[in-house]
Amino acid sequence: MTMNIIEILSYGFIQRALLAGTLIAVLCSVLGVFLVLRRLSLIGDGLAHVTFGGTAIALSLKLYSASSLLVSLPVVMLSSLGILKLTEKARLSGDTAIGIVSALGISAGIILASVGGGYNVDLLSYLFGNILSITTQEVGIAAALFCVVLMLLSLFFNDLLAITFDEELARVSGIRTSTINAVLVLLTALSVVLAMKLVGIMLISSLLILPAVSALQLARSFKACVTLAALQGCCSVTAGIFLSFATNLPTSAMIVLLNLFFFSLAFLVRRYFHHKVKNSN
Amino acid sequence: MPDEVVRTDRLCCSYRTGRVLEDISISVEAGDYVGIVGPNGSGKSTLVRALMGLCSINDGTASLFGIPCNRFNDWARIGYLPQSLHLRNSIFPATVAETVGLGLLSLKRFPRRLTRTDRERVDSVLEQLDVYDIKTKLIGELSGGQQQRVLLARALVNAPDLLILDEPTAALDPEMRERFYALIGEINRARQVTVLLVTHDSGAIGKFASKMLYLDKRMLFYGNFEEFCRSADMSALFGEHSQHLMCHRH
Repeated sequence: MTMNIIEILSYGFIQRALLAGTLIAVLCSVLGVFLVLRRLSLIGDGLAHVTFGGTAIALSLKLYSASSLLVSLPVVMLSSLGILKLTEKARLSGDTAIGIVSALGISAGIILASVGGGYNVDLLSYLFGNILSITTQEVGIAAALFCVVLMLLSLFFNDLLAITFDEELARVSGIRTSTINAVLVLLTALSVVLAMKLVGIMLISSLLILPAVSALQLARSFKACVTLAALQGCCSVTAGIFLSFATNLPTSAMIVLLNLFFFSLAFLVRRYFHHKVKNSN
Repeated sequence: MPDEVVRTDRLCCSYRTGRVLEDISISVEAGDYVGIVGPNGSGKSTLVRALMGLCSINDGTASLFGIPCNRFNDWARIGYLPQSLHLRNSIFPATVAETVGLGLLSLKRFPRRLTRTDRERVDSVLEQLDVYDIKTKLIGELSGGQQQRVLLARALVNAPDLLILDEPTAALDPEMRERFYALIGEINRARQVTVLLVTHDSGAIGKFASKMLYLDKRMLFYGNFEEFCRSADMSALFGEHSQHLMCHRH
């Protein structure tokens, strides 16, 4: 507790955690705004369960750490497209399609873990996340994927906003809605796989949902909403890493609790101003 | 001869529940203001959705500006205001200006970025529709009437040749509804925009529209309002008393 911030920052594992953590938090928070508004909040949860299955496959193939991404990334990306196809072709609602794919992912993971036996401990570390154990190679992958996702987000920003506002109106504006939907779920899949190491499979959806819903309480424009969500993501990860180091508590749970705190704060601020406006009228 | 904006020949559309539209043949010319009326489930919305490729055509043909609807992609020529938007969530974070700006995406190529000129264009249409003062407000926080004006601004910002409105006044009271129809009439005359307006309110729309299309899965009437009021078929359908009330509300 007596350690000062400079001293904490001098540790290589803290530097890596802060760098990778903030990059991943920005991605999840920005994508979260689109997902929450499109009522696809739980896609993160569903894809996280698929990531569990994908990681189990990777571990059974003796692919550990960054190498496990070689399996989990394509599996999760294909599953995200599967969710989309189920909603389009089987006329299922988004949450039902997510439920189906999620159940498939988690059951595949459990079967492989039970058959493999020996790698249960590794798999558990993916369940709850451990950002402090992130390697330099994983930071490099996170940074590269961050650049790709951010570039795509910036290129498709107005298309994503248009389909989030109203999909039919977007179609009549000449936007290929099925392509943009695919872009959104693929970007989410990439971010979920990256976030796995940060908060773990169990808590990924909170990193997608909480910054977005906090920003929605306060934002007065769409761009402000995206910026506020990204800011909360960064703050929660940075403060969460420092607090967990200082208190020796799990980093992932600390990040999520901080996000919950920020959401409560945003909710109260909104309520306060809402009452103030009501009383002044 | 005026340009033909919309044409359908023996158009038929079905859903899984059965046939919704049968044998619809109409021609809409540039500058027409067509009120599409009929009871619930008569296929009014299906017709305009079929024209925009939002539902499939089972039989017959339909074209927009001479191009078959299934190949049409000149979306900048269309302004669309749909039946319902999921905007009742008051914390949807788009401002009025951001919402109207989305209407310009049909003019843009990838990546669809809005420029300073586009923002000036948004301001200009907001001023024309008398909603400039609320441009920084969130769309979900507006009243029903203001929201419809903003969505109309969104449909008009790309200066379309054809404006399609699908029950745009469902959430408005009768007075607001008539003012809205009148506003569409002004836009139709001032900008020479062809209008297709779907509504339940056959009496009120007759005052403003240049043509009426009465549907009940089949086309029961297509012509101007005076012909509609004189039509023996319409008298038989509504009864003379109801037809008289409908035609003399104005």
